[in-house]
Amino acid sequence: MADSVWISIDELPVEVEHGTTVAAAILKSDTAGFRRSVTGKWRGPVCGMGICFECRVTINGQPHRRSCLVYCESGMMVRTK
Amino acid sequence: MTGIEREVVIVGAGPAGISAACVVAETGRSALLIDDNPSPGGQIWREQDRHGSDWQASHWLRRMHLYRVDVMSGATVIDGDPGRRAIVCETANSVSTIRYKKLILATGARELFLPFPGWTLPNVMGAGGLQALVKSGMPISGKRVVVAGSGPLLLAVGAYLKGQGARVLAIAEQASWSRLARFGLGLPKQPYKLAETWQLKRALFRVPYRAGAWVEAALGGTVLERVRLRVSHRYWEAPCDYLAVGYGLVPNIELAVSLGCQLSGGCVQVDSMQQTSVPDILCAGETTGIGGVELALMEGRIAGFSAIGDRLNAQWLFSDRERFRRFARRLQKAFTLREELRHLPSEETLVCRCEDVSYRRIAPMSGWRAAKLHTRCGMGPCQGRVCGPAAEFLFGWNCQSARPPVFPARIDSLIEHVDK
Amino acid sequence: MYDVVIAGAGIVGAACAYECAREGLKVAVLERDFIGAGATAAGMGHVVVMDDSEAQFALTRYSQQLWQELASELPDDCEYVQTGTLWVAADEEEMSEVRRKHQFYSQRKVPSEILDARSLDAAEPQLRTGLAGALFVKEDAVVYPPCVARYLLERARDLGARVLMGRQVIRLDDEGAGFDDGTVMKGAVMVNAAGAHAASVHPDLPIVPRKGHLLITERYPGFVRHQLIELGYLKSAHKSAADSVAFNIQPRKTGQLLIGSSRQYAVDSPEIDRSILSRMLARATQYIPTLAGLSSLRVWTGLRAATPDNLPLIGRCPGYRYVFAAAGHEGLGITTSLATARLLIDELMSRSPAISPEPYSVQRNTAVHG
Repeated sequence: MADSVWISIDELPVEVEHGTTVAAAILKSDTAGFRRSVTGKWRGPVCGMGICFECRVTINGQPHRRSCLVYCESGMMVRTK
Repeated sequence: MTGIEREVVIVGAGPAGISAACVVAETGRSALLIDDNPSPGGQIWREQDRHGSDWQASHWLRRMHLYRVDVMSGATVIDGDPGRRAIVCETANSVSTIRYKKLILATGARELFLPFPGWTLPNVMGAGGLQALVKSGMPISGKRVVVAGSGPLLLAVGAYLKGQGARVLAIAEQASWSRLARFGLGLPKQPYKLAETWQLKRALFRVPYRAGAWVEAALGGTVLERVRLRVSHRYWEAPCDYLAVGYGLVPNIELAVSLGCQLSGGCVQVDSMQQTSVPDILCAGETTGIGGVELALMEGRIAGFSAIGDRLNAQWLFSDRERFRRFARRLQKAFTLREELRHLPSEETLVCRCEDVSYRRIAPMSGWRAAKLHTRCGMGPCQGRVCGPAAEFLFGWNCQSARPPVFPARIDSLIEHVDK
Repeated sequence: MYDVVIAGAGIVGAACAYECAREGLKVAVLERDFIGAGATAAGMGHVVVMDDSEAQFALTRYSQQLWQELASELPDDCEYVQTGTLWVAADEEEMSEVRRKHQFYSQRKVPSEILDARSLDAAEPQLRTGLAGALFVKEDAVVYPPCVARYLLERARDLGARVLMGRQVIRLDDEGAGFDDGTVMKGAVMVNAAGAHAASVHPDLPIVPRKGHLLITERYPGFVRHQLIELGYLKSAHKSAADSVAFNIQPRKTGQLLIGSSRQYAVDSPEIDRSILSRMLARATQYIPTLAGLSSLRVWTGLRAATPDNLPLIGRCPGYRYVFAAAGHEGLGITTSLATARLLIDELMSRSPAISPEPYSVQRNTAVHG
């Protein structure tokens, strides 16, 4: 890819185009879900615009980040749950 | 903490906010546009700044750059104090108090999500939600998608996804053919009129559009596998990769409410100059009533002129605004939600997705506050933005409740408050 | 006609209803809003033994034991967890308070333990370094009060009590409970358990609102494990009549953190006071600097029903034969609700109570106020 960024999702490297959000990158990586709900069910993004909080993941150690609002940056460490 | 001061501060960088900012900036005044998404454009013009094809979007985004509108992206307004004419704004690693002479709220709208069995499975998304994710880099080519819900957005989403290589299996509109026809939006079995309105006719070639159809259930183990539609009196079931379902739009009024703006019919109440009930705070676009991009642009421009005291130029736009409002009202009536949707959730269907609260636990409650306190419904990080409007539709409750912060905020952001 | 008419379905009214129903009395509970809508919902839900006075100790300890009995039958949503309380000492001066408290509790058979700086750090690693130590009071607990109030009322209902919502009592006298629409519900005995509104039913009750702010965070399981309170709470600001803040943090069963506390007198608007909220959170981050980066979901206020001597009003109201008060619990209503109900039922049934009811009699306070 010409203008690409490498990030790690659950310790696996993923290459995405520059300007890709973390949520989109996770969906690209075929991870089953983004987070576990409070009763342990898998969840993934719904609104795509920072409203529903379903796409929360840990980014560079910071929990509860809305992955649909964050662009991938080179070297970013993303953790789903 | 940094202190910023601008003549006009606009919250929300969608069509309304951008057009308002341009009007202000063209007169040489300082305008600051604040938006919580990573780049300007709002939901409808998402990523147009990068790879835009929409002429209207490129026109306005070019003007925004040309007139040097200050844009603060990735910034969430978490609190405000109208008495001191200030708002508090948080980014990933900073907080700032921003003072204004005039504040324009253009916070747009979100989708209405209604609970049905299986709606919490991963890969069940909003209609606009899936579109937004694809625009921000999610691969969709070759994937099987069902688009469902209600309103003109479904056609736009269907056409967009098809254009991106998705296999759109069906578009299911809950409103009936007869209802669409009655409001002049379609001939039986042929939504051409509506499609024309959205210039989508060609894009939707061979995509089955079913009116009077809605999602009964999403099925799957850990993720979505199949979707079951109800099409008038029959069922239709198909395997699919993504289900994109949205039942129209809900205005984002939370910031306006927390600043004390009065509402009318669930939207922010404004006068002919887009002025709210709170001095020096104006509002434009979907937040004052769902009306689409044309109306949002018109209201944004009027709010811009209003903010700089140019009543004459604002008045030139009043008749156009009225024309778009009339069209919006007609659309709203055509897409009125049907009674059956109130009975979709089973006892075990979750209504609150943040706290996993089921329909069975919420239904016996006397109202929204009781439901919140006794079941935790609406007490999670979305602060009731998803389950509140759903509960309003399901139970007829008034689910307005604004407690600061407007969005979840870091504790240090609340320490650095307006007075300090 | 009912045997007992109770105004208020907060945790105190609910506990009273349950005790009365258990005695076979015919009970009606009247609530203007919904179960637990007032201070019951606004408060922290800390079941805590206090030692400001012998009377306060007796009531809180008695009630805490009643909580321990109740705990095993509480449903999950009541979130009862025996976290214990750590009274955190910042310096040597506060450590002497730790030792005094330790002695006080030991003499009265309340399990507690002195932690030095090192064991405090091990117990709560998020606390900043350099603190002097703490007193660990082991049997204190946290609970989710609105669901407890609902549970107690459900039990009372099973025993025949009626709970009527949307009924606002504006007057309680020997005849019964008077509503805003002019009607009266008759009862043999009337109980004022209207919390911060108790004085609007009975203007002679010396109850004033004392406003507090609380904040709740996202879920951070294991971030802190005990209810943590600074000892400065006791020795300084919170005792005076000026607005004050103190470090007080509670881990919820959900992994969320409740952060307090603030006290403001003579304020009865529910508005968030940004300046005191800022002070309150700044105070909390002085003890736990890493709190600053945590995400907060909501801030709200509540009104505590405060009395001049910080003790509740329990028992017959002067000037009435059949009107009783169970009100004025200030910041300890959750803790003392169960004991309040026991003292009330013992008085109604002319039984001798487990602890002396004198310090809480309504008479003593009205006398204080002339």
